[in-house]
Parts: sequence; C-alpha cells; structure tokens
Amino acid sequence: MSRTQFAADADAAVADVADGATVLIGGFGAAGQPVELIDALLRQGAKDLTVVNNNAGNGDVGLAALLAADRVRKIVCSFPRQSDSWVFDELYRAGRIELELVPQGTLAERLRAAGAGIGAFYCPTGAGTPLAEGKETRVIDGREHLLEFPIHGDVALVKAHLADEFGNLVYRKTARNFGPVMAAAARTSVVQVSDVVPTGSLDPEDVVTPAIYVDRVVRVGVAA
Amino acid sequence: MTVQNTDRGPLSKDELAARVARDIPEGAYVNLGIGRPTLVADHLTPESGVVLHTENGMLGMGRAAVGDEIDPDLVNAGKIPVVETPGASYFHHADSFAMMRGGHLDVCVLGAYQVAANGDLANWHTGAPDAIPAVGGAMDLATGAKAVFVVMPLFGRDGSPKLVRECTYPLTGVGCVSRVYSEEAVLSLGGGEVVVEETWGTTVAELQAKLPDLVLRGR
Repeated sequence: MSRTQFAADADAAVADVADGATVLIGGFGAAGQPVELIDALLRQGAKDLTVVNNNAGNGDVGLAALLAADRVRKIVCSFPRQSDSWVFDELYRAGRIELELVPQGTLAERLRAAGAGIGAFYCPTGAGTPLAEGKETRVIDGREHLLEFPIHGDVALVKAHLADEFGNLVYRKTARNFGPVMAAAARTSVVQVSDVVPTGSLDPEDVVTPAIYVDRVVRVGVAA
Repeated sequence: MTVQNTDRGPLSKDELAARVARDIPEGAYVNLGIGRPTLVADHLTPESGVVLHTENGMLGMGRAAVGDEIDPDLVNAGKIPVVETPGASYFHHADSFAMMRGGHLDVCVLGAYQVAANGDLANWHTGAPDAIPAVGGAMDLATGAKAVFVVMPLFGRDGSPKLVRECTYPLTGVGCVSRVYSEEAVLSLGGGEVVVEETWGTTVAELQAKLPDLVLRGR
C-alpha cells in the first residue's frame, strides 16, 4: 500500500476543494483535459478559483462550463484565444475574469519549479517584449533573462491513462502534456484514469509519474 | 547572384511551402507553427530525415490523421489529430519547452504580423485594445530555436509593408528571425542587413521601390 488514496467517484475526489483555491488543470485543448473531474468540481460548487491551464476552455464543456458558471476569478494560461473559446472571450471583454498571460514554456517551467522546490529562475523567453513588464531582469552570458517565480497549486486535476494500485501513472500520447508537472506542483493532486491495474503490472521503467506525486486517483471509465 | 525569376508570377502557397522545405537541412529537428508553416510538412520527404517537434510533447510527428487513425490523445499544436512516425517519442510540457529554450531545435517556421530588418519578430498580439492576447509557444520558439524562419506576405491587405525598419506591433522576440519567405521573395536577415536571395514575378529593384524604408541588397 502507498499513501495514494482511491476515490469512489469524481465527486468524492474533489469534495474538499476550497473557495479561493488555485487549481491546476491539465490538458492541451481537449487532449488530457480531465473533463470528469472538472464536471465534479462544477457540481461541488467551489468559487473564486484561480485556474491554471494552457488554454481558457473550448466550446461549452469542461473548463468552459466552469468559467460560464462564474466560479473562476482568474485564469493563468498561454493561449486563451481560440476559435471555440467564446465563453472566456465574453467574460474577458466584460471585465469579469482576470487573465495572467504566460508564455507556454514559462508556464510549464514555473509549474516544474514549484514541484521541484526551486525558489525562482532566470528565463530568456519574453525578454524585450510586453510580457517582460514589471519583471526583474538580469543579463547572463550577454543575453537578457527574466526572473520567473513558481506556480504552486492547492490542487491539481490531471488526466492520466492508467494508474497501478500503488498510484504510479502512465499517460497516453500527447495527452501527457502538463500532467506530470502539475501533479508535482500541487499540494493535493487528483488524477482521473481510464483504468487501475494491479501493483506490479506496470513496468517500473515505464512509469512517468511516480506515486509520490499522486494523492488521489479516481477511475472514470474504460480505456479508449 | 540573386536569382530573379521574372518569367513567372509569385509563388503559390504550395510552391512557397516547398521552397521553405528546401532550406531545411537533412536530419534537422524542426518545429512548424500553426497555419501556413504547417504546409511545409507536406514537402518534407522521409529520406530527408527531418524530425518534426510539436510543442505539446512529441518528436516524430507525422501527417494529419484520417478515418480510423484519429485519436483525441494524439494532436498537434493546432489541436489537429496527427499520426506517429517510426522513432516517435512523447514527453511532458516542461521537457518539450526545454528542447526549445535549450537550443536543441535546429529550425522553427512561424507566421508573423511584422518582421523588422534587425530580425525582431511580432506575431502574437495586434495591440488593438479589444484584442484578446494569446502567446502560446511563440516566444519560447523565437527565443530558443537555432534558426527562426518566417513565412508571411511582404505586404498587408492594405498594401503596407510587413517587413519593416522597426516593428509597431508588440514584439514576440528580439533579433531572432534569420529568413523571411514570401510569395515574391526570400530574404535573409543578419547584422541589420536585408539580403534578397531569390525573387518571383518581381526584381530586387522593384521590391526596393516598394520597401523604401529598408535597404535591400542583392547577392
């Protein structure tokens, strides 16, 4: 047995998310988006949330539904504007949601830094652009860098492919995206998987996210 | 010598993509931006050994998926379903962008609103007050790839030049663009110089007349 808990369903898995929490939500568009956990968070009712995701919701489901229900105060993302991001677009233009725009690689690295216990780091991305405004800078090897701080989550909602009963995770193809760094960056990581397999049936060489980063697992369906 | 192809008109979109593909070295690791840069993939042969990187965590990305190949867990940066090629690998987002910033990608091909003669790139934000800014991976690519190629028309719909002395749109990266590919010409940038490599349906002199703020040089 490991410390990883297995929740009965998605609602139980997100029952303790508090108002005002910072919620890291995995996925790149629809790939890797933990839709069942987001729907459960919508039912659970937590509000005033700060959401960290690469995008700002697609269509009317998942993250977009959470935004539409006015649960999100602020979104931290790299690419909010998409052909089907009408929910975010309307909230943003009405001044009803705050946006922190972060270059995608800086977003990933700030999450990685949080999980890895790094206090801050210097990154060249964005130097000399409007996204450098207000940031400390330093010239290293003749090149300007920006001081970037970690993004810690209160909770991470992640979609993986399989968990073993120990809590180790493997992902599927490009649905891996932000999952591993978000699982490590949150105080509580909640992972939805297609299936849970017996301990020992995942090759330890293949484990992508070791159970130490996984607090809670919920099985939401059969493997695709 | 700059080749001036005056016996024909400007390149088609497809010919332009093929021209970009010709300049990608064999065996290069390459990231193609969303939109027109994606067309370059159609002109890269397996024999070239070029490996495509997609920012959402994959090397060895293949063509667009069709029919039963479509898998919602396997998409490109534009969220379009794609296929794997032999030798493909998957990795998480922090690793994917470490590949960019760490200087491991040989070439990236991007679109742009504006490019300046010194290589400054503007492609993420029009600066309009009601525009919703979206940067994605553009700044990371501009900063990290060894060579940044831009595919764009040389002139906007209103005829104003997109290759300029100084960008008026918000910058994506500083001094990062080394080549601009358009229907009329391929241009190399470096040291503040604009060198015309090849033209189609026009001459260096005609381009110079349409870009009075810049000093163009032939080869």
